[in-house]
This record gives sequence, C-alpha cells and structure tokens, in this order.
Amino acid sequence: MNILYTKNISKSYGDFWALKDINIEVPKQSIFGLLGPNGAGKTTLIRIITQIIFADTGKVHFDGREINEEDVRKMGYLPEERGLYKKMKVGEHLIYLARLKGLSRNDALTKIKYWLNKFQITDWTDKKIEDLSKGMQQKIQFIATIIHDPSLIILDEPFSGFDPINVNIIKDEILKLKNKGATIIFSTHRMESVEELCDHIALINKSNVILYGSKQDIKQNHRSNTYTVDYIGEFRNTNGQFQITDQSETEEGYIRSNIRITNDQSPNELLSILIDEVEVHAFQEKIPTMNDIFISKVNEGTNA
Amino acid sequence: MHNIFLIIQREYITRVRKKSFLIMSIVGPLLIASLWVVPIWLSTRETDQKTIEILDDSGFFKDEFIETSSLKFEYIQTDLVEAKTEVLSSENYGLLYIPRINLDEPEGITFFSGKNPSIEVIQDLEWAMKSVVEDIKLERSSIDQATLDSLKADIDIDMINMTESGEKAGSAGVATIIGYISALMIYFFIFVYGIQILRGVIEEKSSRIVEVIVSSVKPFHLMMGKILGVGAVGLTQYIIWLVLSIMITTGISSYFNIDRKDSLPVQTEQSGVIEEEQENEFVAEMFNSLESIDFSLLAFAFLLYFIGAYLLYGSLFAAIGSAVDNDADAQQFQLPVTIPLIFSLIVLTAILREPDGNLAFWLSMIPLFSPVIMMMRIPFGVPYWEIGLSLTLLIAGFVFTTWIASRIYRIGILMHGSKVNYRILGKWLFMKN
Repeated sequence: MNILYTKNISKSYGDFWALKDINIEVPKQSIFGLLGPNGAGKTTLIRIITQIIFADTGKVHFDGREINEEDVRKMGYLPEERGLYKKMKVGEHLIYLARLKGLSRNDALTKIKYWLNKFQITDWTDKKIEDLSKGMQQKIQFIATIIHDPSLIILDEPFSGFDPINVNIIKDEILKLKNKGATIIFSTHRMESVEELCDHIALINKSNVILYGSKQDIKQNHRSNTYTVDYIGEFRNTNGQFQITDQSETEEGYIRSNIRITNDQSPNELLSILIDEVEVHAFQEKIPTMNDIFISKVNEGTNA
Repeated sequence: MHNIFLIIQREYITRVRKKSFLIMSIVGPLLIASLWVVPIWLSTRETDQKTIEILDDSGFFKDEFIETSSLKFEYIQTDLVEAKTEVLSSENYGLLYIPRINLDEPEGITFFSGKNPSIEVIQDLEWAMKSVVEDIKLERSSIDQATLDSLKADIDIDMINMTESGEKAGSAGVATIIGYISALMIYFFIFVYGIQILRGVIEEKSSRIVEVIVSSVKPFHLMMGKILGVGAVGLTQYIIWLVLSIMITTGISSYFNIDRKDSLPVQTEQSGVIEEEQENEFVAEMFNSLESIDFSLLAFAFLLYFIGAYLLYGSLFAAIGSAVDNDADAQQFQLPVTIPLIFSLIVLTAILREPDGNLAFWLSMIPLFSPVIMMMRIPFGVPYWEIGLSLTLLIAGFVFTTWIASRIYRIGILMHGSKVNYRILGKWLFMKN
C-alpha cells in the first residue's frame, strides 16, 4: 500500500528541465530515501509533493486519490534550508507553526509540552530563538515538523548541524515515528544514514530517476562478484580469469586485493586457486555500500 | 483564511511588543506636542516686561511710546551722563536717548544698554518712532488727523465657497494646512511602513523561515498577512499618537493656562486695542473657514486613500523584498517605487497653485499619485464624481499591484543567490507555478 505516488511528473523552468517524467511510489510506514547530487531536482520534487509549486504535467496521488490542498496538513516538511524567527520565543514560535498546521491553541500547547519534555528542553520555552545554538534550533525545527502528527514526514538533511549524540536521538525518533505508522521521505547526502534507515530508495540525477527500488534489491543488484582477500605471497592470476580491481599492502608482507570473478566461476573456485598460490588470511565478499552505488551511478550518468 | 489571521496576528504582536514601537509611540506625540507647546511656552515667557528708560530732549515723543506686553517705558528728565550710569545700576533693560533732532534728518538717537539689545526691541522702537515722525511731518504738510485717518485703507478679501449647501466662508490658508498635513501623513505612512514590509520579507527570506512557512501557508496569504499586519501596527501607532498628542497638548496647555489666541503670534501693533481686535478677527476667521471644509468627507476620504495607498505601495515593497537577498540589493528596486511618491510630494506646490487644474485632475486619477494629490485637493473642494472615479481607479490599481506582487513574491521567496534584474522579474511574472 502506497501513501504517495507520482505519475509522470515533469517540471521545467524555461529551457531547463528540473524534473523529467518522475514515477515513484512511497510505501506506507516506510523510510524512503530520496537521493541525488546537488541540483538533481530533489527539492523541486519535494516542493511539488508539498504543493508549494506545481508540476507542468503528471500527477501526485496521496492516500489513494489525487492530492488536494488539505493533504498538505497531513504532511510535515523539514526543508534543507530552514530558519526560525530570531526574535520569537521558543514556546510561542512552536505554537505559531503548530497553529499554521491547523492545530488549536490547546492541542498545540499539549503537544509542545510533550515534545519539549521528551527532549528534556522544557526550560527553553521562554528563550528567544536567537539565544539558541544552531543544533538547538534544529531540534526546535524538528519538533515543529512533527508537532501535528503528520502521516507523511519529509525530512531534507535532518541531521545537519547536530552532534553525533543528537543525531542518534533524532534517528531514534524517526524510527519511532515510523513504527507508530508514519511514512518518512528522507533526503540526504549522508549515505551511512541511508544505509542505516532507509527501506526504499530513489536516486535522482539530472532530473531523472536513475535508480529506484528497495534498498535490499538495489544492493543485491549491485553485487559485482568481487571478493576482498587478505594474504601473504603473490597472486599471479596466470590465466587472467580474474580481475584485480584494487591492490594494496596493509602491513609488511600482507596484501589486500579486491578480486572480481569475471566468468561464471564460483567463489570456491577462486578460493582454491588462491590457496594454491598464497597464504590466505581473510576472504570476504565485497558488498557495495550505498556510497559506492551512489558514486558509480552518478558517474555513469556523467560519463554517458 | 484561518492562516492569514494567524500571520496578521504574529506580525502585529511581535512588532507592537518591540521596544522601538514603544519608544516611537511615546517620542512621536512628545515631538508633536512640543511643536505646539514650545512656541506657547516661549510666548508666555516673554510676558516679563522689559523696562526702557527714555530721555527725550526733542520733546516730540512725549507719551508717544505705548506700553505693550513686552515693553514698558519710563520717561526721565536728567542729564544723559547721569542717566547712563543709573540705567547700568538699575534693573532696567536700557536707555533710549533722543537728542534735539531735525525731523527731516533725525540723527544721534542712541540706545544704551548693559548688554546687546535684541533686534526685536530695537525694531519695535524704530517702528514706533518712525510713525510718530511721519505723523508730525504729515501734520506739518497741513494734513489733519481726520484726513490722515480717512487715508488709511484696510483691505481684507473675504473668501466665500459656494457649495450646494450654501455659501461658506473659506480660507485658502486653512485648506492648505489641512491638505499638507493629510498628504504628508499618507506619504510618511507609506514610506515608514512600506520599508518595514520590505525588511520583514527580506528577513523571512534570508533566515529561510519562509521555506518552513510555505509548506503550510500559501505564499499569497503570507504576503497579505504581512502587509495587513504591518498596516495594523501603523494604524495603531497613529491612533496612539493622536490620542497621546491631544492629551499632552491639552494637559500642558491647561497647565500654562493659555487660551487659544495667545498662541497666535500677531505683529506688534502700535495700539493694543487694534491688536486685540485683529486677533479675535483672525481666530474667528479661522473657525469660520474650518467650517467650510467638509470634515466628514475629509476623514472618510483620508481613511480610504490611506488604506488604498498603503495596499498599493505595500504590495510593491513586499515584491521587492521577495526578489532580493539583502537590504543593499533592495535599493535598486526601491527607487522606482519611491519616485512616484516623492514626485507627488514635489508637485504639491503646483497643485496648490491650481487645485482644480488639469495637472491636479490627471494626477489624482493615477493611482500611484492620487492619494497624496487628492488629500491636498479635498480641503479646497473636489466634486464627488472625481473622488469616486479616483478611488475606483485606486482600487483597480492596488488589485493590479497586488497581483503583480504576488506573482513575483511566490517565485522570489524561494530563490536564493541569483542576481535579479527587471528582465528576470518580468519572467517570474508569467512563470507558471
């Protein structure tokens, strides 16, 4: 079941195509990674989803029907470029943002109390925004994003400005929100958090979706039959049946090689050949990280 | 619509709570009151009379100097040297010495005093002596007092406005003052609060709060909320000023126990009786001519032009703010918006010369100029149909500028770092959302 899907979304600014024919489906109660290099069109797509701008062609469906203005109230959007009114106090600022999302004053107060308590920052209520550090402001912004219990939460670089401890606190909250039923669209450049959090991924480059699917499938598809081997000795690869993609000396005498099987041989066959020639200390399949996939996919597009 | 009220509310409350608002609310009326009170205070100070001793050897001026509110005269009959030393030791202001003079060529008249005498006093003395000498000379030419009196001409043109409801005494002076005040108020209001809108939009844009807000609010609502919120702050400030100014002014006036006519400086005349009469006449004339101005129309028109002008210019200021990244970049776009305002202030003198002329008519039909120009013209009387047409055009004008502004604003607030010029603004105007 999808909470959101886009159908053939295109958007141009004059001669420049910001998005071309974007089709993505965001499953309910999942964390969906929206990835891509700077200027790929992620923010444009998010703005179309949140109805800030409108697509030239194509449709956005929310909760099974075409999106309407009211649906925006069910979303919480934390933009990458974000700010707060510096002169306002934390409490009143949160009330203001919550009420813009349609909460009554009393509901807003209850929720604010809950979240400030949860983050143990109730004593900030009467502080002015300008007296808070950047990280503290980010926390307030995070609270403002989820204060109205949105069913779709869109987070654009939510961890920027946070120290590692706070990154973990926010990560925990994101996972908790997901377990409570929310769907999260998560846009970031930090691939390790994608690896950790995302269930599904769409990679956008140059206005197009170039990679799309569940994280598992994508990683599965990007296995290159490459193995990382630590050994002592010299691997000659006499027949040239394997491809050594990378080789380095980790310690005196110890060599680490990335060896790729280019034909339909099994890893066992590689291992038996290795054992004949060198003293093997470690043998492991090299599973691509999201980082590797990201870089190789984006570069592929650039070279093409 | 719910959101637009929240935005207005926030704009209003955060601005009204600012220290600068409080300070302006107090300092403003004090300034206005001081404009009113200081001259009164100064005029009351002058009531301590200066005594001037007169040593008249010529005999022409006996009892000719008449006491006024500021000057008292004492005739003495001593030797000049003695009188000089006496005046220094006394509290008296100075000594006027008139030697035996030839009326055709009066020479040697001297004023002795311990310090530099004020020009005003010397002029008063010269003026008084001059008229005495003139009278004597006229008499010598065998023109008697009766002829003299009959020669004096006193011309005062009465002004009557012929309106549908009858004839009323008019005064160009009062109309001018009222016109100027209301035109200037509109001018300053637009300027001060237009710039506040501009700053507010730039602040929202550069602090990126706008990115957060537009996910729950339509850009148009955000823009209108700001314009209306700031406008409400301005109106509040004006009302505070009005109330406080009246309170301070009446308070201080009653403390000094000054009635109205004392505050009107009237040229010192030779005869105190004439002075009094003229003052009364002047005050009466003022009141009469005030009646000739249709104040309910004036107040009504002022309110409508005030709001119309503010919305018209306010939305343009909002558009500028949305297009730029900082105050410095705003300058280049600010100029074309402020030029019509400044222009309408400059042409006010031309309008005054001919409040019903062609220039006045056409400028009061163009929405960019009409608010300031019309407020100048209305005290002089403007046909209702002209006001109606001008207001209709003003409404059309601000609907149009608001439309333009909202087109630029919706794109502008989300654009960062790009240098904007007029061509780009034009593109935004027609860009789809």
